[in-house]
Amino acid sequence: MSKPDRRIDIEEISGVTVARLLEKKILDEANIEALGQELFALVDKDGRKKIVLDFTLVEYLSSAALGKLITMHKKVTTAKGKLALCSIQKDILDVFKITQLNKVLTLCTNLDDALTKF
Amino acid sequence: MTNPVKLEIMIPSNTADGLGVQEKLVALMEQFEYSMRDVFAMRLSLEEGITNAIRHGNKFSSDKNVMIRCEISTETMRVVVVDEGEGFDPEDIPDPTLEEFIERPCGRGLMLMRAYLNICEYSEGGRCLTMERERNSPLPIMED
Repeated sequence: MSKPDRRIDIEEISGVTVARLLEKKILDEANIEALGQELFALVDKDGRKKIVLDFTLVEYLSSAALGKLITMHKKVTTAKGKLALCSIQKDILDVFKITQLNKVLTLCTNLDDALTKF
Repeated sequence: MTNPVKLEIMIPSNTADGLGVQEKLVALMEQFEYSMRDVFAMRLSLEEGITNAIRHGNKFSSDKNVMIRCEISTETMRVVVVDEGEGFDPEDIPDPTLEEFIERPCGRGLMLMRAYLNICEYSEGGRCLTMERERNSPLPIMED
């Protein structure tokens, strides 16, 4: 069981870290900051380099959350690793497309698709 | 409920209070039976607009407030957000999709609001934001 204050749930699949985002709404400033710290620790503290972020549960996110994803992308790239995002709902996928972050980040239809990127 | 509703809420410069207003206005939209698509668009815009007022307008100052005025009817949802900051010129905000800015972690809020709202206008030197979305608006227009 995850601790209730955790924003992500971690699973290892074939050497790839799958981080499932647990919150439906990634909007609140404090939550976004805490989520960012948990994500960055995967790279900075744990030294993980192959990471999938699973968005299955996410219904809303703000531009501040996008900022954390970009920073995460940069951290993983700097560590010579790879980051993929998967299972993004249609409304949120539109947010990525409007901001053209779909050209910067690797967006995958589902987890199986994401795991083929490594 | 079909009669238009007007609401005026003053909040201090912290995002937790901003989130509380957002929840209240989203609940109003649901009472007026706006679509999930309209609610998604407005929630996103409220988050960006109110957070900008608190963060960039009032700079989280404890002696400054944000005023939020809402008018909702069966046809439109209109929200005006007024901060007490120094103001800004929206033209000064760079296009976050340009190659030199695309990997910056900030600067996408205004772009998103413009994509999702029928009206997104700053006045009073950048201190007043008017947001409006029509019921069943086709926005955002996606190319594919």
